[in-house]
Amino acid sequence: MSRGGTPDAVWTPSAITASARALIEGGMDAVWVRGEVSGFRAYASGHWYFTLKDERAQVKCVMWKSHALRAGPPPEDGTELFAFAQPGLWEDKGEFRLTVSRLLATGDTGAEARAREAVRQRLADDGLLDPARKRPLPAFPRAIALVTSPDGAALRDMVQVARQRYPLVRLLLLPTRVQGAEAADEVVAALRRVARLPQVELCVIGRGGGAKEDLAVFDTEAVCRALAAVPVPTISAVGHETDIALTDLVADERAPTPSAAMEMALPDQDDVARHARQLGHRLAGGLRRRTRVAEERLRRSGDRLEGAMRRLALHTRGRLDRAGAALDALSPLAVLRRGFAVARADDGAVLRRAADFAPGRPFRLRVSDGEVAARAEGAS
Amino acid sequence: MSAEPTLKEELDALEAIVRRLEAEDGDLDRALALFEEGVARLRRARERLAAAELQVTRVLEQADGTLGEAPLDA
Repeated sequence: MSRGGTPDAVWTPSAITASARALIEGGMDAVWVRGEVSGFRAYASGHWYFTLKDERAQVKCVMWKSHALRAGPPPEDGTELFAFAQPGLWEDKGEFRLTVSRLLATGDTGAEARAREAVRQRLADDGLLDPARKRPLPAFPRAIALVTSPDGAALRDMVQVARQRYPLVRLLLLPTRVQGAEAADEVVAALRRVARLPQVELCVIGRGGGAKEDLAVFDTEAVCRALAAVPVPTISAVGHETDIALTDLVADERAPTPSAAMEMALPDQDDVARHARQLGHRLAGGLRRRTRVAEERLRRSGDRLEGAMRRLALHTRGRLDRAGAALDALSPLAVLRRGFAVARADDGAVLRRAADFAPGRPFRLRVSDGEVAARAEGAS
Repeated sequence: MSAEPTLKEELDALEAIVRRLEAEDGDLDRALALFEEGVARLRRARERLAAAELQVTRVLEQADGTLGEAPLDA
């Protein structure tokens, strides 16, 4: 290698990794390695990929299909194993790696897995994992507290989903580190602050995806207990496909990713608008129906009024006819038609008594259709 | 804390009005009053949806121990 201060002998990534690979693979023999399995994946190709780790370091491992087939059941994460492995370097990823050809169980599970299980048991003993504790999420939350890193993809994703899905919500970030030695204390402090934000109706705790060892904070007892004490419903979204963090068990809901948590937490504004539109249609329809009822009632009233008028007219006509007849009966002409006659003197005076008729007196007799001249002959 | 009804409360109230309008056979004046209230609520809900702009703030503990909020550009 050039030790000069000028880049006159420049290495390419390919050349330097090839050189490192030759050093490692030429200088190290296959050895037995003891460690805890983490991030185990069996691919469809038949190859196994996992990480072996202890308290201070970790190393990636591959077990090719030909060896995996003879290795028995796939190891579970957290199991402690002996692996017979050839150290090597993957040039395309620049990655130090062990190629494992044999696996042997050590007979006990890893210390980390045991510690995690002990925490889970204590949480369960205190009823914190009880399904009856789960609270329903608010349908239309006004404000959501986000307990996550201010720099992570998780925050970006959550803000983006909220903006697109339901921008009426307010997001309150409680910034905290989510990995490293101080992370647990910071997350606990952030969770405790949620109780002091009265406008908050929901709390999401989360981080983007990572290998299992990066999610350790979400398995710590203090974080789980602080999450259980949050006074509003909670969603745990630690962004890991295969592993469940203990916060997932304590929270009211578990989401596979921070984006999914926001989709769970917020209504879709398009759905809301559609619902409002439907209600608008029903409102107009309801009023139309009611005015139709009123119109119908009005029409029926009109019909009834007309009938009444008709009946009144008929009745009146009958009364008029009857009144006419009565009037007719009172007419003197009608009396004459019945055969009575009226006798009058020449001067027109009506002759009512026998004494009015002196013998030889002329008078006029009025009958129904005219007058006749007459002379009295004497009282009878 | 805001006393303003949530969009959900607004829509629930609207739904109740629609049901009454659909079910009742009271007088027309009452129906019209229900309709007008419904239309006003519908308009408010639509305006709120249209005008909404996401607010993101960062909550920090201040020197006196109280919690303060500052806008976050995210």
